[in-house]
Amino acid sequence: MPSPQFLVHSPKDNVGVIVVEGLASGTDMLGVITETDKTLKLKAKSSIPIGHKVALKALKKGDTVIKYGEDIGRMVADAEIGAHVHVHNLKTKRW
Amino acid sequence: MATKANGKRAKSRSNLSFRGWRRENGRVGVRNHVVILPLDDLSNAACEAVANNIKGTLAIPHAYGRLQFGADLDLHFRTLIGTGSNPNVAAVVVIGIEDGWTGRVVDGIAKTGKPVTGFGIEGHGDIAIIAKASHKAKEYLQWASELDREECAIDDLWVSTKCGESDTTTGLASCPTVGNMYDKLIPKGIHGCFGETSEITGAEHIARSRAVNGKIGEKWMRVFEAYQREVIEAHKVDDLSESQPTKGNIAGGLTTIEEKALGNLEKIGRKCKYIEVLEPAETPAAGPGLYYMDTSSAAAECVTLMAAGGYVVHTFPTGQGNIIGNPIVPVIKISGNPKTVRTMGEHIDLDVSGILRRELTLDTAGDALIDMIVRTANGRLTAAETLGHREFSLTKLYRSA
Repeated sequence: MPSPQFLVHSPKDNVGVIVVEGLASGTDMLGVITETDKTLKLKAKSSIPIGHKVALKALKKGDTVIKYGEDIGRMVADAEIGAHVHVHNLKTKRW
Repeated sequence: MATKANGKRAKSRSNLSFRGWRRENGRVGVRNHVVILPLDDLSNAACEAVANNIKGTLAIPHAYGRLQFGADLDLHFRTLIGTGSNPNVAAVVVIGIEDGWTGRVVDGIAKTGKPVTGFGIEGHGDIAIIAKASHKAKEYLQWASELDREECAIDDLWVSTKCGESDTTTGLASCPTVGNMYDKLIPKGIHGCFGETSEITGAEHIARSRAVNGKIGEKWMRVFEAYQREVIEAHKVDDLSESQPTKGNIAGGLTTIEEKALGNLEKIGRKCKYIEVLEPAETPAAGPGLYYMDTSSAAAECVTLMAAGGYVVHTFPTGQGNIIGNPIVPVIKISGNPKTVRTMGEHIDLDVSGILRRELTLDTAGDALIDMIVRTANGRLTAAETLGHREFSLTKLYRSA
């Protein structure tokens, strides 16, 4: 199997993590859900740095973001499928 | 260069052992330091002069020790006494500005049975005390240099963990590597330890559920809630979005404290349950197993407290490349971030970036970490040791009087 461009912790997650450097917008990506070894495909809608998150489905402002199968915060702006998810559109629900 | 985890060196875990120094109280150390320990900030200069005179001794200067009181003073003494008592330390010379509090540290360390002598500066001056303390330090160093390592079973090893400059690769690779190690070694009878109270925020329901029973889970929850109330809520001026997660965390792709906390907790594996909740720098007393210690998430403060609790090897997952070390405890750096391994490889002991490429399984990575722990215990110097990282940072609870 070729190396994946992104990994997903849990099948419940709506974001994945880019694990390659220099990922360009428009790349057809291979992803793996580490918990189940299931693969998935996704087109990158932006250039996303290594370690940063990608939306696995369209996320609307107010949506809860799930990673590790758990709540990691809420969207404060929309993100389309394949888009970069980070501090510009995701915020903590704590402090 | 970081050792690339490939599992080839990993030994069978059925008869793991290492060669360490068994101290007077039965505990086993993996280093053989003679420490010149200041009671207070004023005594740093004398301690450093002694360490300069007697080559091979180690001064560990720090910033505090005057006009502290209450719980903050108790923690100061507990940390200094714990540091001197750590089995990685063969003998200790304590220097303080006066005899009273110096004697308290000496008496605390003396309970281990190891050689320890204190010197007070008042009434003598630095130069006379440096001369006297240097004679004692020379005697201790030559004595320690003839102590032999002996073969010890793995259950004599106390291994702590804390991660730093985390990013999303720590949650995917380096933290679960530590978790896999604990899942394998805790059942073999080692003592483990994790902490970082504020960094559990967002995963407290999981941390609570990993206690050995409801009573310990309640105790953990009280510690967590007190930290939120007395530290975070009492002092915050904004939403902490650049302190927790840190700027480095954010550059590495971590967005929220909840996300950071979930990655952090990967360090305790899938099966381990913690058996007790420790005060900062408290020595575990409930036997082998995993412990929680109430610490901040600042790397040097946390590792200093765990070393004072008696842990002799520290495992430190990092994403963006935290470079911390400790004066008395070898700190093993594990990274799964290929960019960090490439750009700052001299700081990384174990490269587990193969997990991201799906070339390396967690099981193999965990075995490679166990191998690195045993090699480190046997004497391999860590990256942080070779680079001279000796960060010794005392935790201060509030302003001095």
